Amino acid sequence: MIDVLYFAWVRERIGVPRERIQTDAATVADLVAELSAREERYALAFADLASLRVALDQELSSFDAGLSGVREVAFFPPMTGG
Amino acid sequence: MLLLVQEAAFDIGAETAAFVAGVGAAGAVVTFTGLVRDEGGTLQAMEIEHYPGMTERAIAAIMDQAVARWSVLDALVIHRHGRLRPGEAIMMVATAARHRAEAFAAAEFLMDYLKSRAPFWKKEVGVGGAEWVAAKDADEAALGRW
Repeated sequence: MIDVLYFAWVRERIGVPRERIQTDAATVADLVAELSAREERYALAFADLASLRVALDQELSSFDAGLSGVREVAFFPPMTGG
Repeated sequence: MLLLVQEAAFDIGAETAAFVAGVGAAGAVVTFTGLVRDEGGTLQAMEIEHYPGMTERAIAAIMDQAVARWSVLDALVIHRHGRLRPGEAIMMVATAARHRAEAFAAAEFLMDYLKSRAPFWKKEVGVGGAEWVAAKDADEAALGRW
């Protein structure tokens, strides 16, 4: 089981801020493909990965990163702080 | 070092005075405050979302880097989230060093990294609707100079 969090417009498109997902996905990209195949709202949110960022256990990471041992995955658009 | 991520407004004068009172051997303090622009009267509010937990970790890591690179004696970051009105302060940074060059450089470094590496997302709520603020290429490019 893995906690998946969504922020900003990714959260709005998917419709929930977080959920717990049962998955055997080996990488972030595999998880994205699995969710996108599951329902249209995921496919819409993940349509353009270049416009998304991913954090694994609260550290910025990449879509080809492995999920082994990861407890929390977060998807969000590029950050606009400051 | 002090890091505050909060919904409540803060008092820029009081925070600056408290920071200055604790900087010890510093000869220079630089402060920067970011405000919600009113965009010619069309903006009603700025909504700021963040990633609790990662926000604090990311900013603390950026502050550690600033301290190590410029011999910063003390640093302060306050960043708000939630719904803000035009003219309100979103955030402030303060840096203290022995000389001004280090304090300015560290403050600019903190600002550049807060813009694109701290997990905040701004949404502008205007008369015609609400829209997420897109990240600027220039903000990402600004990191290259460090």
